[in-house]
Amino acid sequence: MAAAMSTGGMSQIGRSVPRVEGRAKVTGTAEYIHNMRVPGMLHAKIFRSAMPHGRIRFIDTSQAAAMPGVYAVYTGEDICSVIPNPYYGPAFHDQPILALGKVRYAGEPVAAVLAVDPHTAETAAQAIVAEYEEMAAVYDEVEAMTSAAIVHDALKPAGTFADFKHLIGRTETNVALDFHLRHGDTGKAFAEADHVFEHIFRTQQTMHTPFEPMVAIAEAGAGQATIHTSTQSPSFVRFELARLLGWPENSVRVRTAYLGGGFGAKVYVKVEALALALALLAGRPVRLALTMEEQFLTITKHASTFRIKSAVTGDGKITARECEVWWNGGAYADIGPRVTQKSGFTAAGPYDIENVSIDSYALYTNRPPAGALRGFGIPQLVWAYESHTDIIARELGLDPIEFRKINILRNGRTQAVGTVVEDAGFEACLDAVRASLGWDQPFERGGGRVRRGHGVAVGFKALIAPTTSVAIVNVNADGSCIVHCSTVDMGQGSDTAMAQIAGEVLGLDTEAVRVIHPDTDVTPYDMSTLGSRSTFHMGHAVRLAAQDARDKLDALAEELGLPGGSNLPVPELFVKKFGMQAGNIIGTASYIPSYAPPNPETGQSPNATPNWMVGATGAEVEVDTETGHVRILRLVNVCDVGRPINPAIVATQISGAAVMQLGFTMTEDMVLRNGQLTNGSLADYKIPGFFDIPQTMENQTVEAEQRNGPFGAKGVGESGTFAVSPAVANAIEDAVGIRITEMPITPEAVYRALREAAGEPLEED
Amino acid sequence: MENARKSICFNLNGRQVSADIGVHQNLVEVLQEDFGLFGARESCGQGLCGCCTVLVDGLAVSGCLYLAAFADGAEVVTVEHIASGGALAPEQEAFIECGAFQCGYCTPGFILMTRQLLDATPDPTDDDIRHYLSGNLCRCAAYPEIIEAVKLAAAKRRGSKPARRR
Repeated sequence: MAAAMSTGGMSQIGRSVPRVEGRAKVTGTAEYIHNMRVPGMLHAKIFRSAMPHGRIRFIDTSQAAAMPGVYAVYTGEDICSVIPNPYYGPAFHDQPILALGKVRYAGEPVAAVLAVDPHTAETAAQAIVAEYEEMAAVYDEVEAMTSAAIVHDALKPAGTFADFKHLIGRTETNVALDFHLRHGDTGKAFAEADHVFEHIFRTQQTMHTPFEPMVAIAEAGAGQATIHTSTQSPSFVRFELARLLGWPENSVRVRTAYLGGGFGAKVYVKVEALALALALLAGRPVRLALTMEEQFLTITKHASTFRIKSAVTGDGKITARECEVWWNGGAYADIGPRVTQKSGFTAAGPYDIENVSIDSYALYTNRPPAGALRGFGIPQLVWAYESHTDIIARELGLDPIEFRKINILRNGRTQAVGTVVEDAGFEACLDAVRASLGWDQPFERGGGRVRRGHGVAVGFKALIAPTTSVAIVNVNADGSCIVHCSTVDMGQGSDTAMAQIAGEVLGLDTEAVRVIHPDTDVTPYDMSTLGSRSTFHMGHAVRLAAQDARDKLDALAEELGLPGGSNLPVPELFVKKFGMQAGNIIGTASYIPSYAPPNPETGQSPNATPNWMVGATGAEVEVDTETGHVRILRLVNVCDVGRPINPAIVATQISGAAVMQLGFTMTEDMVLRNGQLTNGSLADYKIPGFFDIPQTMENQTVEAEQRNGPFGAKGVGESGTFAVSPAVANAIEDAVGIRITEMPITPEAVYRALREAAGEPLEED
Repeated sequence: MENARKSICFNLNGRQVSADIGVHQNLVEVLQEDFGLFGARESCGQGLCGCCTVLVDGLAVSGCLYLAAFADGAEVVTVEHIASGGALAPEQEAFIECGAFQCGYCTPGFILMTRQLLDATPDPTDDDIRHYLSGNLCRCAAYPEIIEAVKLAAAKRRGSKPARRR
């Protein structure tokens, strides 16, 4: 490069740079949309359905509308006057902005009050009365396959996904999507098997509980709309709102700031469509801020049921696996059909199995909708296949790690989807867990009332493909740099990582690069911040955009007649060109990895994903046999993240993901009675606190390089979640010989299983 | 209910201030709407997560449960006040150095509780820290890093005499 920038040639990659926004966060001054106010804005409160499934007979808003301080009350009919076809969703256009004709879950938005302050709006919302004609409801994903209760009259897949076209107009079904994978000949393998094992595992409905509850402020007028929102998907929100309005994308501006957590809750459209419709109806800016309780009624993690069956030879080789997975999508599809397919194809686990069949079903039920939550369905699958794998090892009298190593997928082998595995450290992660746990050393098992055990598990995920990221790298005349990208920093540290990448290419210190926050008027397209995709996709886009800027600086130097290799500082380059500190150099790039769509019948694809993310966990537990309490003494989490861009942030991501999954494993459970959520608060829905974290936690990455990744890196946001749940269940079986097949692993569940194993089962409550 | 109003005067971050408030309003709402301070923030709304932590007369309270009317005549300190003259407080420095947050939403509450812990217990054990901070939740689960940060902050406070005390 002709122009010299400020770093002394030190590499920015692999540096544990402190988060660029650290000072703002510790002083309480970081920008969140939650903090934002707009002059003249009204506050919205939602009136929600108390009926899980029913036709709306009437909605009486008169008392609410008459209250002092209330500006207006709107229902679904009113929404239709500004958005005639008000159905939205990333996979299916099935979700009305406010209920129309019927309600499909208890908690569904039915009407909205606009008032001068949130308290007035809330009081008025409580004065709204609605009556419904009750319809039969279905809550269980397996029952939904055959239930007479049908949640949607007809399927309405979004036109954006070609592979959903065959579903258009299907009626009399709750199956939103059925995905099938056929690899080899399972029938023959099962017929010839030495051993056949079959189990059913279940997971429960849970919620992300981001601490900044979803919030949006919408301003609209004169054919333009601006939505300030705590979203993970600014580009998609713009796309979807423009589609709903029939406006060009340049008439809708979506901007965000730091997010107080996301974890998948804030992907796609959540509160934005309602906020915008209300702003259009009222002709005033509208702020719609959910409470923690309302978040539980907005988006959740799929409950699931998984039937898994394996054929195994006498010496421990798995020859076939048959998987049937039912995903409880709740009342609206959200991104559930993509979970069903994109995660579904990994349901047989990270094993080299010649014959695999997978049937994965996205089901509508009358529960709050389910979508993406940190792992996109993977933790549900790993719970089943790694519990099942462990049971097989124990029944065959094989060491659980040895059994896994006999069957583990190795690089160069073909995964069940038909794609050859490369740069995936399945075995390396397992070996690292083994070493850290001291698996082969004598293990103190305790005695008497408290017994100890240890267990391992390994899971994996294919990076969602194909998706696009675009970046702009802007070099100012003083040599400082701004990165424009629509990746949302919700705590994962993307601002820091993108600054490191741009800095690396431009020869700048990370701290000298500023990453501006998504604003669709000025930051280019990005598919979304989800699925651990940003480091890989946006990392490449920023790297290439920075390279483009660098090339343009070189061209400028050449244009100015500077000799090749000249070390003229960038500011002087600009002065030489423009006669003063003026101008910009703009580098741009977009990135989309190559991809081959799956065969519709067999699910096979020679190129299903650009990379594989791997997470393995080892757990040591202590089980109190008199109370069923389980203490996690030690949790070892090892991930293959390629080459980490920022090792300290990577370690925190692995640790945080593992603890979050530990919450889903041990305590978190959305309890519905007759379709009504009974515990939508942090008082009754127990997320991990200080006393719930393991006594010892170790978080590691294996030495690895993702050769097609930016600087050898791949994503890490989810990998720490993959294997936690089955590692704990496997350790419990190791300790006390019982097998828990359903999450969460509560003391009651453990105690019941202990009593049953002792031949003295407790009565059901 | 919204019509009942009250005038309150209190010391906010070292200055005497007054506000005309609704008697139903909690302290977080008044800090945000009347004074533009957003470091204390409501999340769970039930006093369980600690995101709304504010110091009132030197004691940490859950600002989402604390009626603003009760702050009349009190001394209120928020996270915005603990850095002095551009220099971060040792707790703030320690949280940055240990990477003790991700999304940052719960961080002000943790930092204020850490200060209160270290005022009472200058050299806390891991168990002291867990116990004292157990009323604060972090959904990003930076708990191990927070324990390290509290210990580092304790060391910084011991090392930098005179200690910054309220």
